[in-house]
Amino acid sequence: MNKLILLGNEALGLGAIHAGVSCCFGYPGTPSTEIISFCKSRSAEGGFSAQWCTNEKTAFESALGVSFCGKRALVAMKQVGLNAAADPFMNSTLCAIKGGLVLAVADDPSMHSSQNEQDSRYYAEFAMTALLEPANQQEAYEMTISAFSVSEKYKIPVIVRLVTRVAHSRSAVSVHARLRRQNNFQKAKSKGWLLLPSISRINYNAHIGKQSALSDWSEKNSYNTLRINTKRKDFAVITSGIGRNYYAENISDYMKAFGKKGLPSHLHIGSMPFPGKKINLLTKAAREILVIEEGMPLIEKQCTSLIGSAYRITGKLSGVLPRTGELNPDHVRTALGLTIQKSAADTVKVSSIPQRPPQLCKGCPHSDSFSALNKALLKLNRGILHGADTVVCADIGCYSLCASAPFFSMETIVCMGASIPMAKGAAEAGCRYSFGVIGDSTFLHSGITGLIDAAVSQVNMNVIILDNGYVAMTGCQPTMLSSNRFMQIALSVGCEPTHTFVLETKPSAIDINAKIIEKEARYNGLSVIILSRPCPIGQRQDAVNKPADRRSDKRAHQRQDAVNKPADRRSDKRAHQRQEAAKK
Amino acid sequence: MTMQKQKKAQLTFDIVFAGVGGQGVLSIASIIARAALIEGLYFRQSEVHGMSQRGGVVHAHMRLSNLDIASDIIPHGGADMILSMEPLESLRYMKLLKPDGIIISGSEPVLNIPDYPDMHTVIRCIKKNSRACVIDTLQAAESAGNRKVNNMVLLGAALCALPIKKNTVERSIREVFAQKHHEMLIVNLRAFELGIALHGAA
Repeated sequence: MNKLILLGNEALGLGAIHAGVSCCFGYPGTPSTEIISFCKSRSAEGGFSAQWCTNEKTAFESALGVSFCGKRALVAMKQVGLNAAADPFMNSTLCAIKGGLVLAVADDPSMHSSQNEQDSRYYAEFAMTALLEPANQQEAYEMTISAFSVSEKYKIPVIVRLVTRVAHSRSAVSVHARLRRQNNFQKAKSKGWLLLPSISRINYNAHIGKQSALSDWSEKNSYNTLRINTKRKDFAVITSGIGRNYYAENISDYMKAFGKKGLPSHLHIGSMPFPGKKINLLTKAAREILVIEEGMPLIEKQCTSLIGSAYRITGKLSGVLPRTGELNPDHVRTALGLTIQKSAADTVKVSSIPQRPPQLCKGCPHSDSFSALNKALLKLNRGILHGADTVVCADIGCYSLCASAPFFSMETIVCMGASIPMAKGAAEAGCRYSFGVIGDSTFLHSGITGLIDAAVSQVNMNVIILDNGYVAMTGCQPTMLSSNRFMQIALSVGCEPTHTFVLETKPSAIDINAKIIEKEARYNGLSVIILSRPCPIGQRQDAVNKPADRRSDKRAHQRQDAVNKPADRRSDKRAHQRQEAAKK
Repeated sequence: MTMQKQKKAQLTFDIVFAGVGGQGVLSIASIIARAALIEGLYFRQSEVHGMSQRGGVVHAHMRLSNLDIASDIIPHGGADMILSMEPLESLRYMKLLKPDGIIISGSEPVLNIPDYPDMHTVIRCIKKNSRACVIDTLQAAESAGNRKVNNMVLLGAALCALPIKKNTVERSIREVFAQKHHEMLIVNLRAFELGIALHGAA
């Protein structure tokens, strides 16, 4: 045994490596990013591969291909990423999984860096598959190792669910000294993987048939622990995942206050399907049961419907715990009937402290891009930023900071890739000057399909691609394709060559670019403007780090650059001419 | 869970690290984490990544104990110390600090917001705590050779309150900078020493 300091995400990644994973895939997204970046950092010497993919769907599908060939695969994403990968994920439960397939998904209650706080346990419930939920970094490591065995034993994809406070918390993790060998290449029988209706029906029945074995596994495994205290019939507790930590944090104070008859009966749930028999035993042991779970009140809901009104189930639905946001030890303390501890704020009064919201970094190209866009909007709306004549639909990335002060440039942000199709919808609804504004990595993730729709229907709208060369928000991972590919992509899906071009975005070009944006907005058709300049933070990181993977990524880009050069030079020239013309 | 182990005398020390994105708050947290591991202490270090790091508030929770630690988050009134790179930020987490908790803050403000309060009011407010200490980390960092190592000055200033030996923290710094230029290590160690002296003087 060896002790390492690891983030929950890193512990999960190391668990996969020690379980003999052959391939790891993912798309960056807070709070999941470090799972794949950790695997990438270990892949060169580890004899396995780890890669970023274009989006969560392609990542999941790549993992399926690995599993079909008998090898183990890890696929990692954030909670909303699983929506993008939901199609292959749901169907994969009907495939006869061969090599272990583990889906690591990190939920973000409190939405520190997300658009919603959906609970991935619902996906496990929906797909009727197994899920493990670590409460700490050690469990993240160990549960990932056993998730691969469960996946191969029951031939199902297995989810390991993290939440922000496990994913982004560090502790010492005891790790095994020896690695399990990777599986040999051995193809699965194709019948288990051809989801034609006639076969799917058979496979679906087989999946239903596995449910009792899965329930049995969940009843017996060591992750769901039940301790009954027959002397206490008044109160019992169910915890799941990180909920256990907050209960444990308060237990000694609780015992001092209410512990005459000993500890309440306690069921901890670390795996799904939920252990129904254990839940039943617990409900018979006490009249009131407090459910402490991070995310949505899934266990609480199930208990309430399972048990009926004779028992009182309390938690997020009953209101003793907050319905939204992440839990903390104080929420649980209050739910247990304890008063909050006194703090320095009680004795020293501090007047309200101004907020310090995140903002664009110094020298950020987005700042120049949105300054230009705002100038154009003011012209188009005759003096106001957002008038009836314009709609600005934006997307997910650093640039979403431009939705607030001092820019206020955006009117909608919904999900990855929504900007272009929403702007198209707005144009179809009658908007005169409709803008879809999207970052480069988001464009590759799920913006291209929207651009195809726009090009084919020849709608009157404007697409602005913010090309900074990096997936900057999640730590400057390289984008899947280098900058000079965007022009080609736009042209190849049918965008007009005379209204598709690259402009350099920089402080001295704000006025010129604003004029060009305004002019293109007035053009009755589809315009694609690529505003380009590399993220200075990413460039600085590249200069300092230059690790092996960066170098190889760079090599790949150089190769692409060599291929693209002629077209690229032409478009550069056109852009230059355009900027010159606009100056006049 | 650790209910049986509670017989052993419990030593705990909870720290809230505060600052603004880019000030090196998380790096001093990770140096303490490494030192805790060397001394055989349990620790948990919780931080928030992503969008909030871009020039906004950055904070981390660090919990140290000789027994297993349950929660990654410090409860209300649970922190022994607030260690802040920036004066205003040191006041943001007062609800987490014990009534008799320690505040150590750098004196140099990060003025990237329009409504930054009057500096005297901020300092007066910090000093209302009986165990507060505001130190000029920037000046010490400059005399150590690099403005950027003011986080190490702060770490040095916190040392005497930490349940970790000086040698261990020093070893941790050496390990963290083992991969970097030797000159970097020297400057950081110098800043750490200056921090220790500063707190002694304050």
